[in-house]
Amino acid sequence: MLYREAGDFKTSYVADGQTFPIRFDRWRYYAVLAVAFGIVPFVVNDYWANAVLLPFLIYAIAAIGLNILTGYCGQVSLGTGGFMAVGAYACYKLMTAFPDVSILIHIVLAGGVTAAVGVLFGLPSLRIKGFYLAVATLAAQFFLVWLFNKVPWFYNYSASGQITAPERTVLGVAVTGPEAPAWAAYLVCLVFVTLVALVGRNLTRGKQGRQWMAIRDMDIAAEIIGVNPLAAKLSAFAVSSFFIGIAGALFFGVYLGAVEVGEAFGIQKSFLILFMVIIGGLGSIFGSFAGAAFLVLLPVFLKNVLVGALGWPSDLAAHFELVIVGGLIIVFLVAEPHGLAQLWRLAKEKLRLWPFPY
Amino acid sequence: MKTKLTAAAMAACMAAGPALADLVFPDLSYRTGPYAAGGIPFSDGYRDYFTLVNERDGGIGGVEARVIECETGYNTEKGVECYEATKGEGALVYQPLSTGITYQLIPKVQADGIPLHTMGYGRTSAKNGEVFEWVFNYPANYWDAASVAIKHLLDENGGDLSGKDITLLYHNSAYGKEPIRTLEDLSEKHGYNLSTIAVDHPGQEQKSQWLRIRRERPDYVIMWGWGVMNQVAIQEAANVRFPMENFIGNWWAGAEHDVTPAGDAADGYKALNMNRIADYPVFDDIQEYVVDAGLAAGDGSNVGKVLYTRGMYAAMLAVEAAKTAQEMHGTAQIDAAMMRDGMEALEMTEAKMEELGMAGIGPEFAVSCSNHGGSGGGIVQQWNASAGEWEPITDYIQPDDAVLDPLVEEDSMAFAEENDIELRCGES
Repeated sequence: MLYREAGDFKTSYVADGQTFPIRFDRWRYYAVLAVAFGIVPFVVNDYWANAVLLPFLIYAIAAIGLNILTGYCGQVSLGTGGFMAVGAYACYKLMTAFPDVSILIHIVLAGGVTAAVGVLFGLPSLRIKGFYLAVATLAAQFFLVWLFNKVPWFYNYSASGQITAPERTVLGVAVTGPEAPAWAAYLVCLVFVTLVALVGRNLTRGKQGRQWMAIRDMDIAAEIIGVNPLAAKLSAFAVSSFFIGIAGALFFGVYLGAVEVGEAFGIQKSFLILFMVIIGGLGSIFGSFAGAAFLVLLPVFLKNVLVGALGWPSDLAAHFELVIVGGLIIVFLVAEPHGLAQLWRLAKEKLRLWPFPY
Repeated sequence: MKTKLTAAAMAACMAAGPALADLVFPDLSYRTGPYAAGGIPFSDGYRDYFTLVNERDGGIGGVEARVIECETGYNTEKGVECYEATKGEGALVYQPLSTGITYQLIPKVQADGIPLHTMGYGRTSAKNGEVFEWVFNYPANYWDAASVAIKHLLDENGGDLSGKDITLLYHNSAYGKEPIRTLEDLSEKHGYNLSTIAVDHPGQEQKSQWLRIRRERPDYVIMWGWGVMNQVAIQEAANVRFPMENFIGNWWAGAEHDVTPAGDAADGYKALNMNRIADYPVFDDIQEYVVDAGLAAGDGSNVGKVLYTRGMYAAMLAVEAAKTAQEMHGTAQIDAAMMRDGMEALEMTEAKMEELGMAGIGPEFAVSCSNHGGSGGGIVQQWNASAGEWEPITDYIQPDDAVLDPLVEEDSMAFAEENDIELRCGES
């Protein structure tokens, strides 16, 4: 009824090529942005920010990053946790070495450092593919975690090996450290998520994204039609690691405030983000958000229902959480092997044909 | 999703209800994951003691204690979630039983004004109350533990450790790295050779570490382990025939479930403890008022075990601090700031412990503005496999404060400088 193209005439190529060609979709997108920027910061409290929104936004950035590499360019990576650690430690070293420079610049620079490291570990992808590449990136994961544990310079020789974010401000408002108000931390993450999603979306539907997808679909054919595999694969590693580095810097600086590399950026983090991408949908920006929401929000939601509303013992609830989340993953992947994004896509198709979907 | 979540959160709030007349003690426990073996008995002891106080004494100073349990899984992200979820309920003190979560919470509790009590774990330099206003780690901390272990070895060797080889086997995390500095400084003083071997989380795979120990044949192995790492290490030590009486765990590596999997081979294994394990009268009360009444947090099988005792001890210290706070402020309905005052004025004496039905369960100590760390004493206990019990083999050993105090001073001052904290206590 509302969701259709009929009557929405495009009169220019720009209008025709926009991200949301359907008017209703566009309005929904603006509405989400308006709520996220205009309403949520005024009502958000510590619990909502620290337990729900910040992890969701930060994991969404990491999932977009991994989606570019795995979903769009077809290079399986298990090094996400390690790359997030690079972002976090780069941010920490920069924050403590240059305390007067804005934290926002440090976060972007941390992304840059991670991009360089990502390209380095992406080099083997030129020779090895598929599962073999996954093992090579697994090596990156273990090497990076080991490195940050082993070399005291990275954690400024602190006795415990932990890194702790000092307080840094943006426009006079603290965004890192314990005094940071919930809305400020939330807004910083939101701005980064919005930028990353915009850049990611536009990269993937342009020339660069088409090259990545050509490599993903069949690299030999792509090479024959003129795609340079070196440039395509390494640029995918660079962009992906850049986003993941930003996610790592935010994860450490804004969200947790203190991290320990083995615990926060271990192999389980790599798997978690890979699962987000697979459940959300490979090769979809929306899927990254959906996957992050599924794996971050659902456990918190279940916990609140089981322990808070139903009054179950916390250990029973924790075990059931695993059962329910695991069960839902199977249900969703059986119902739609291409992830939540594909379900959304099908729903949109049916809406367009409503009331006579087939 | 969002509306559903809001509804659920609201339902949760309404279900919990803002009952005004109770004292809230959140219990950030972990009953799942690789560290659950230690988390369950501790949490059982913690909760059961509050239940006992409610049932037997009608609460603390007439006000019921309410424990909110929140599952962290020893995971820092979930720990933060638990902290944020419970702090609005009027939480009086946090005891997360995890060094990683402690490091997350130290800045947060200072900003929110809620005391944090990390008994025998956490950030050692929080002992310096001049810097850490809201953080307490009495009665003892990691550096105390390291010093106590070395002192015990000194006693065994007639006061001379020069030339001995000591290996530290540690959990590769903030927790395990804590004692390294102290052991290094002590090695300079006493002339032993220290080598360190890390075990990565969760510690189920230690073949290469024990191979190295077998090759190097150190005189003593000190272990900083937790969770499944302890059981594996003791089993591996038995496999390479390392003499158990030369193998000393810290107080987080010395519970029944750590030694029983290795069976008789674990006989003679030593561990530190901050509590003396004995059959205290208070356990009879717990049996009567809590377990038999069907109010126990667990199935009641853990009563009297090492970590259960420690959890109960932690709860007892919190209750005593709350009582002290009630006396100081003349009101039964204390808040977090008053609780902090109570913790800072807490004094544990033999007479007090005896009155509570647990004579000699912990060292005597008094907390003060500048000393949040208590006396630091610990005992050494030894596992008797045939009897299936831990036997204390020493009295409370005092740590070497001449070595520890400068280290605490240095580390806490670095923190104060980083965070622009002014020293509180004036001239002390």
